[in-house]
Amino acid sequence: MSRAVRFAPLALLLLVVAALIWRLATPADTSVHSKLEGKPVPAFDLGPALDAKPPLSSRDLATGGPRIVNIFASWCVPCIGEVKVLRQLQARGVAIDGIAVRDRPEDLAAFLQVNGDPYERIGGDPQSQVQISLGSSGVPESFVIDGKGIVRYQHIGPIEAADVPMILAKLEQAK
Amino acid sequence: MIAEAGLAALWLAAALAAFQMTLMITALRGEVAVARTMRGIAIVQGALSLISFAMLLLVFARTDLSVALVVENSHSAKPFIYKVAGAWGNHEGSMLLWVMILAVAGAFLGLFSRRTSERTLIAALGAQATLALGFYAFLLIASNPFARLSPAPFEGQGLNPLLQDPGLAFHPPTLYFGYVGLSVAFSLAVGALLTNEVDARLARAMRPWVLGAWIFLTLGITAGSYWAYYELGWGGYWFWDPVENASLMPWLAATALLHSINVLAARGALKAWTMMLAVVAFSMSMVGTFLVRSGILTSVHAFAIDPERGTFLLALLAIYVGAAFVLFALRGATLKEGAPFELVSRESGLVVNNLILSVILGVVFVGTLYPLFVEAVSGEKLSVGAPYFNLVAGPLALVLAALVGIGPLLSWRRERRPVLKQLTVPALLGVTALVITVIVAPGIRILPRLGFSVAAYLAAASILPLFGRNPLRTPLATWGMAVAHFGIAVALFGMAANAAFTSERLAVARAGEILDVGPWRVQLQDVTPTAGKNWTALEAELKASRGQGVIILRPQTRYFSDPPTETSEAAIETFWNGQLYTIIGKPDLGGGWQLRLWWKPFVTLIWAGGALIALGGALALAGRLWLLRRRRKADADDWRQVRYA
Repeated sequence: MSRAVRFAPLALLLLVVAALIWRLATPADTSVHSKLEGKPVPAFDLGPALDAKPPLSSRDLATGGPRIVNIFASWCVPCIGEVKVLRQLQARGVAIDGIAVRDRPEDLAAFLQVNGDPYERIGGDPQSQVQISLGSSGVPESFVIDGKGIVRYQHIGPIEAADVPMILAKLEQAK
Repeated sequence: MIAEAGLAALWLAAALAAFQMTLMITALRGEVAVARTMRGIAIVQGALSLISFAMLLLVFARTDLSVALVVENSHSAKPFIYKVAGAWGNHEGSMLLWVMILAVAGAFLGLFSRRTSERTLIAALGAQATLALGFYAFLLIASNPFARLSPAPFEGQGLNPLLQDPGLAFHPPTLYFGYVGLSVAFSLAVGALLTNEVDARLARAMRPWVLGAWIFLTLGITAGSYWAYYELGWGGYWFWDPVENASLMPWLAATALLHSINVLAARGALKAWTMMLAVVAFSMSMVGTFLVRSGILTSVHAFAIDPERGTFLLALLAIYVGAAFVLFALRGATLKEGAPFELVSRESGLVVNNLILSVILGVVFVGTLYPLFVEAVSGEKLSVGAPYFNLVAGPLALVLAALVGIGPLLSWRRERRPVLKQLTVPALLGVTALVITVIVAPGIRILPRLGFSVAAYLAAASILPLFGRNPLRTPLATWGMAVAHFGIAVALFGMAANAAFTSERLAVARAGEILDVGPWRVQLQDVTPTAGKNWTALEAELKASRGQGVIILRPQTRYFSDPPTETSEAAIETFWNGQLYTIIGKPDLGGGWQLRLWWKPFVTLIWAGGALIALGGALALAGRLWLLRRRRKADADDWRQVRYA
């Protein structure tokens, strides 16, 4: 038996162990990246969610600067906490639009009255059609959209206070 | 106190294992006399680890909530059998079971082994103790099963309801007996390589261990497959999940070893290859344990644990397998091959068997680890699924099954008789089956079609070695071989029938509605609530009939409260020619219920075949052990001669 053959199992073992060490050192990234990232927002044109607010269409998103589109609802409990963080972002000059999913105008008005209103425009999405076209499966979710209307980042779940620096960085990159 | 006693026994066992290691080194340097105590120490070490495991069982049986492991995995309202089974239904407990079997196997080796020279036996017991030491250290340093929790809570967190099933009580321990039983083959190989005594005697000493471990692996895999089939409610029997592959890989290596070891035992040939397989088989067990226990690969089994434990297990794996491979590389050159054989002979048949099994092992190994390599090199994520394994391993397995019919007919050294002539009848059967499938079912795919054909041929070919012999004077091992090979044909037929003729129906039904699946008409009668000791459930009543006679099936969706989980309990009715498999799912808004129905013709033959394969192994083992007993006297003399030489 030649030397090469005798040492082959050892070489194979080293290769496998190296790969396993790599995996232990860099745990698998189990997060799912949005398929829409890097692509334009699908065209939509929503009616107003309540009379006091201007409605939202995809044309309103390509305005030259980065924006956040927040998918939310007055019936969604985590959204209550998220609004406070969105207002902090608004106070730092971030433009935020909302899409209210399966909501009623009177409930929405009460929600904004109690929790504050960080939104410039709010589109009403009574049948979740736009939500689905954006690849969003629940509330709340948020999208960072650049000045040309291209989706740069999809955030699943509420934006927490700890996420603010990351969101600001994403907005900075989208400029 | 019980927990502390278990921990103390574990520490003592570890100390003895360390002592055995030093004894081995002393013996290898020539002081064999000093190492005479090795057998005794191995037995005590095994007994101590057994005591430690018994203490863990006791702690679980009493639901001692001051022990952290019990709190995490048990609950006072659980049925007693699952309280006890909970002892190994978790990371720490299962690792203790692992090392306990390892140590007890070492003790049995010390008690019963008379066939190898004393030097090799001492080296093998030392190697076995070295293996145990690493896993003792792992338990004592990184995952103590006896850790206390203070203050003790009033209630435990429960056990995953999927595991609250009789399957759990038997499946993991059975597999572990198989995994860890292979450690003896590993230690004997390492011992023989250390003492340069790789010969037919070693093979005969190793053979019962390989057979025994292989029987347990076969049973464990078969039982695991059936458990997944009825408990997970997906209707499949094999998913090529990484954890399933982790049990299949040692089985493939052990199957190859089981055949090559006969060549070494009978003819003194294939020394290096057989030693390599003995090392690889247990290495695959350790790889399997690591993959399962580190949570490194995404799997339905999903035992996620912290990276510290993963690193520890990986270090053990690298050290043990690496050391054995280095030893093999250094000693491999000095191994002299035994008697030569010709191109057509029993030996070459077994070589072909080994080559195909090794290629299948390679295919499974690569498929299981390929996603990891791709991500390490390119960062790209992908998964390798059933299509790859079926496409690559399926045809190889069919070729192997076809050759299984020929190999046992060949004689050792050289074959001059026209052996293929004996296969006329089996071959005709195979062709007939092929023609029948073409006529009856022209639409089925090629692999199931060939599966039917090979199964028919092999069913006949496998019993040829019994023909023309006096059944009472035929060695049990030959009976075992025929039964095991016949089992392959049976399992193959079941797989082909399942792949070709399964009918499936997924529909939403209201009470009174009738659904057709295969030859069956199934009517949903009603859905009613029901309850068990630690669960509540919604139970459907299904009335099924084909032609005459009505049977009632009651599938359930169960809700467990500790921990809160929902499981699907399939209702399965078995007939001689298949199984009717029913599942109830979610209600829809309009008062309908999701129903999933399968008619699976001859599916039970898959597991019956697995059981026959294991039975064949058991017959062979019984035959070998009986022969060993009969020859013991001669052997004892033989052993004494070596001792005083």
